[in-house]
Amino acid sequence: MQAFADLIQQLERAAGTRARVAALANHLEVVGPADGAWALALLLGKRRRRLITGRRLREICLERSGLPEWLFASCHAQVGDSAETIALLLPQLALPPAPPLELPLAEWMESRLPALAALEAEAQADAVLAIWAALPEGQCFLFNKLLTGGFRVGVAAGLVTRALAAVSGLEEAELAHRLMGGFDPSPEAMQALLAPVEDGAAAPISRPYPFCLASPLEAERLAATDPAGWQVEWKWDGIRAQLIRRGGQTFLWSRGEELINASFPELEGMAKGLPAGTVLDGELTVWPAEASQPAGFGPLQRRLGRQKPGAALLRKCPAAFVAYDLLEQGGRDLRPEPLSQRRAALETLVRRLPAAASTPAAGLLRLSPVLPLGCWDDLEALRQQARLVGAEGLMLKALDSAYGVGRRRGLWWKHKLEPMELDAVLLYAQAGSGRRANLYTDYTFGLWDGDGRLVTFAKAYSGLDDSEINELDRWIRRHTTERFGPVRAVEPLQVFTLGFEGLQRSSRHRSGLAVRFPRILRWRRDRTPESADNLSNAQALLEDPGAQRSAGQR
Amino acid sequence: MVLPGDGLIQLTPEGLYCPAAKAWIDPWRPVSRALITHGHADHARPGSGAYWAVAAGEGVLRQRLGAGIDLKGVDYGEERRIGEALVSFHPAGHVLGSAQIRISAGGETWLISGDYKRDADPSCAPFEPVAADVLITEATFGLPIYRWRPGRQVAAEILAWWRAATQHPSLLFAYAFGKAQRLLAELAALGVEEEVLLHGAVQALMAPYRRAGVVLPPTRPLSELPRGESLAGRLVIAPPSAHRSAWMKRFNAPQTAFVSGWMAVRGARRRRGFERGFALSDHADWDGLLRTVRDSGARQVYVTHGNSDGLARFLREEQGLAAEPLGRAFEGQRSEEGDVEVEGAMPPGRPIESV
Repeated sequence: MQAFADLIQQLERAAGTRARVAALANHLEVVGPADGAWALALLLGKRRRRLITGRRLREICLERSGLPEWLFASCHAQVGDSAETIALLLPQLALPPAPPLELPLAEWMESRLPALAALEAEAQADAVLAIWAALPEGQCFLFNKLLTGGFRVGVAAGLVTRALAAVSGLEEAELAHRLMGGFDPSPEAMQALLAPVEDGAAAPISRPYPFCLASPLEAERLAATDPAGWQVEWKWDGIRAQLIRRGGQTFLWSRGEELINASFPELEGMAKGLPAGTVLDGELTVWPAEASQPAGFGPLQRRLGRQKPGAALLRKCPAAFVAYDLLEQGGRDLRPEPLSQRRAALETLVRRLPAAASTPAAGLLRLSPVLPLGCWDDLEALRQQARLVGAEGLMLKALDSAYGVGRRRGLWWKHKLEPMELDAVLLYAQAGSGRRANLYTDYTFGLWDGDGRLVTFAKAYSGLDDSEINELDRWIRRHTTERFGPVRAVEPLQVFTLGFEGLQRSSRHRSGLAVRFPRILRWRRDRTPESADNLSNAQALLEDPGAQRSAGQR
Repeated sequence: MVLPGDGLIQLTPEGLYCPAAKAWIDPWRPVSRALITHGHADHARPGSGAYWAVAAGEGVLRQRLGAGIDLKGVDYGEERRIGEALVSFHPAGHVLGSAQIRISAGGETWLISGDYKRDADPSCAPFEPVAADVLITEATFGLPIYRWRPGRQVAAEILAWWRAATQHPSLLFAYAFGKAQRLLAELAALGVEEEVLLHGAVQALMAPYRRAGVVLPPTRPLSELPRGESLAGRLVIAPPSAHRSAWMKRFNAPQTAFVSGWMAVRGARRRRGFERGFALSDHADWDGLLRTVRDSGARQVYVTHGNSDGLARFLREEQGLAAEPLGRAFEGQRSEEGDVEVEGAMPPGRPIESV
C-alpha cells in the first residue's frame, strides 16, 4: 500500500497536470495489474464501500485514548475529516510499537479490510488498534479512509484517462468509453481495459457512452458564426440520462453512471418498444402526460430517491424521457455522424415507435423540440421564454458536430437563464469541511416576515472568493451571539444578494419556501439589513417568476 | 470570563494589567509602562511610554518599535522591583529574546507565558519551567491533533526537498521573525554552508540573530543578486505575504513550500495553495501545553488565544484544575492587526474556541 500512499502524496504535491499524469502513469506501470486495478477504481471513485462507519472508528480511537467526545468534535471541526482527525490523534493512543506492516493494496481491499468489517466489538477494536500500531505514519490516514469508504482524491477523471492512454497507447475517448458503467477492480478487468482495440473483447451490453457536455455560452464566439449552423433546444431542468436497449434488456444510466432502472419502472416498460441496439441521450423529467411542461425538479427528486416507487408516487409524479440525441442505432455507433444526421434518425425512430410510447398522450418518451432561430438577435427573446415552459435556458449544438467525449468547448453551448435574486441577511454560519475546514463557509440567510422578524430562507455555500471568505470568517468570529454545537448565530448585519434557479412551496421550511440551487451572487456592503427583502417579495417571485426585477430594487 | 477585579493581574481594555507594578503585559494600545514577552507585532506594539523586555530581544524591539524607545533590557532570571511588584523574565523558547513574565506581589505569584514552545530550537534560549500560583497560558495550538516532530527532522525534510530541485528555485515561505532564522539555524546544524537568499523582510531580522551568536549559513538579500543570475537550485526564504505577490515574478517555475504549524492539517495545506507544507511551529503543541501547566504547579489557570475554551475545559473536566478561558478579548486580536508573520495571525487556521 506504500506505493499507493506515495502516489496520493505525489498527486497532492504535484504542481501541474503534466506532473500528475506522469505520476499516475508511472504508478500504473510499476504496481502491476492487481494493485493498478484497485488504484484506478479508487481514484475514479468507483469503489467507495463503507466497511466500518466513521463513528465506530472514532469510538475505537476515543476508547483507547481516553479523550472526551467533545474534544474530538473540536478536533474534527478543525480538520474537517474524520479519518484524518483520527490519524492525527493516533500518537495520543500510545500504542505499543509493532513490526511494520506492508501489504499490497489489493490484499487490503479484497481481504484485510472486509475481514476487519466482519469482526465484532472488542475483537474489531483490537484488530484496528494492532493495524494502527503497525502502519507507517502516512498510511494510517489512507487506511482510515478506505475502511470508512470516504476515499476521494482531487484527480479529474480526464487525468486518469490521460495516464491510461500514456500507458496503453489507446485513444483517451476509447478509454473513457471502456470505463463507463462501472469498473470491476480485477487484474482481468485491468488487462481488458488496456487491451489493443483489434483484440478487444466484446463490450458488456450495459455499457453507456461517455456523455458529451456543454460549456457556458461565449456570446462573442457564437455571434461570429452562422445561426443556421446551430440546433437550438430548451435546456430542461431534469437530470441527464442515457437509455440503452440492447439484447432484449434495458439500461437507464444517470450522468453519475448509476443504473437507475429500478426507480423508473414506467420507462423500462416504454423502452421495450425501442428497436434492438438503440441508445438515446436525453433528460429525465417528471412530466404528466396531459401537462404542457415538466413538473419541476422537486417531484423528480422524490422519484430519484425511491428505489421501488409505489403506485401512488408513480401516479402523482410520472416520469418522462425527453430524447435529444441518438447515439446508437441497430447496434451501430452513430457518434461520429454529424448532429444533423443523428437528429434526423432520432426523429424517424420516434415517429415509427408504437403509438402508445411516443404520443404525448402516453408521454413517456418525448422528443425535445428544435426551436426556430432566424438570427442571433432573436436568441435573447427565446431564452426569456424558457421559464414559461419550465426549462432553465437554452442549448445550442453545432449541427455538423460529432458527439464528443466530455466537454469540448465550442460545439455544445448552454445558455442558462439569469438566476432569480433576493437580498437576504446572514443569520448563521457553520465551518465547512475539506479545503474549507475550520473556515465559516456554510451560511444560512434570512428574509423579513410581516412582523419584522428574520426567518431562515436559504443556505448557501458558494459564490464568495477566497479573500471574501477569509474576511467574512473573521467577521463571524467577532460577531457571534450564540453557539449551537458547530453552528454560530451572528449579529444580523451583513446583507448578501442570493441567486437561485427557482422557488417552490414547502411545508418543511419555516419560510414556507424551498429554494433551488441558491448561491451568493454579491456581498452587499452597501445595504443595511433593514433594506433586505421580505418574504412577500419571495412569494411574488413564486407566483410570477417574471416579476424578478422589482423585487431586488425596492 | 474576566479576571477577578481585585487580582494581581487584571484585564483592562488595554490588555493584561498589574496594578502593583502599574504595568501592562503586551498591551494592545499605548500605555505608560509595557512589559513585553517578545517582539512579534501582536505582542509588541508601538507608542507606549516605557518598555521592559529581555535584553536579548532589545535589537529586534528597537528595530520594530523605534530606536529611540525607552526600553529597559533585563537578563533572563534577573528579578527586578517595579512599583510594588517583583518582576522577572524567563526563557519561553518561542523566538530570540522571548520570555515568560513572572510577577509577584502580596505573597502571590503569577506567570504570563506569552508565546512559547517546548521543542529544541538552535536559534533561541530553551524554555525553562517556572512555578507560579496562577498561570496565564496561550493555546494557539490547543488541540490534541497538534503534535510536533523535532525541528531537526522537519529541517532535514526541507533540505531534501530543496536538494531534489536542481533545475528550479526553491521558495520557502516562513514567518520573517523567528521561523526563518530557526530554519536557517537548523540547516546550518545539518551542515549547510552554502548561501541562502532572503526576501527583504527576512533580511531585516538577520542582524540581531547574528549579533546574538546564533550559528547560521551565509545569507544574502535577493535584491543584491545581479539581475539575470540563475536561481536554479537556490533556496530563497520569504514571508508568506510574498506568496503570489509581484515579488514572485522574479522566479522561473519555482517550487514552493510553507512552513507553519497549521500545515499539520491537510485541509489547511490545500487551502493555502502551496505545493508543500511542512508542519513546524514556534508554539507549544498539545502535549507541550499540558506539560507546561503541570510544570507550573499553578492552582488556577487562565487560557488565552486559539482554542482557549477547549484547553480550559479539558484542564477543568479531565484534570481537575481550576481553569478558565480569557476568551473573546484575545480572539481576533491577532487577526485584527493582520500581521502575517505571526503564526496566530493566520485566520484560516485559527482554531475555534470550542464546539
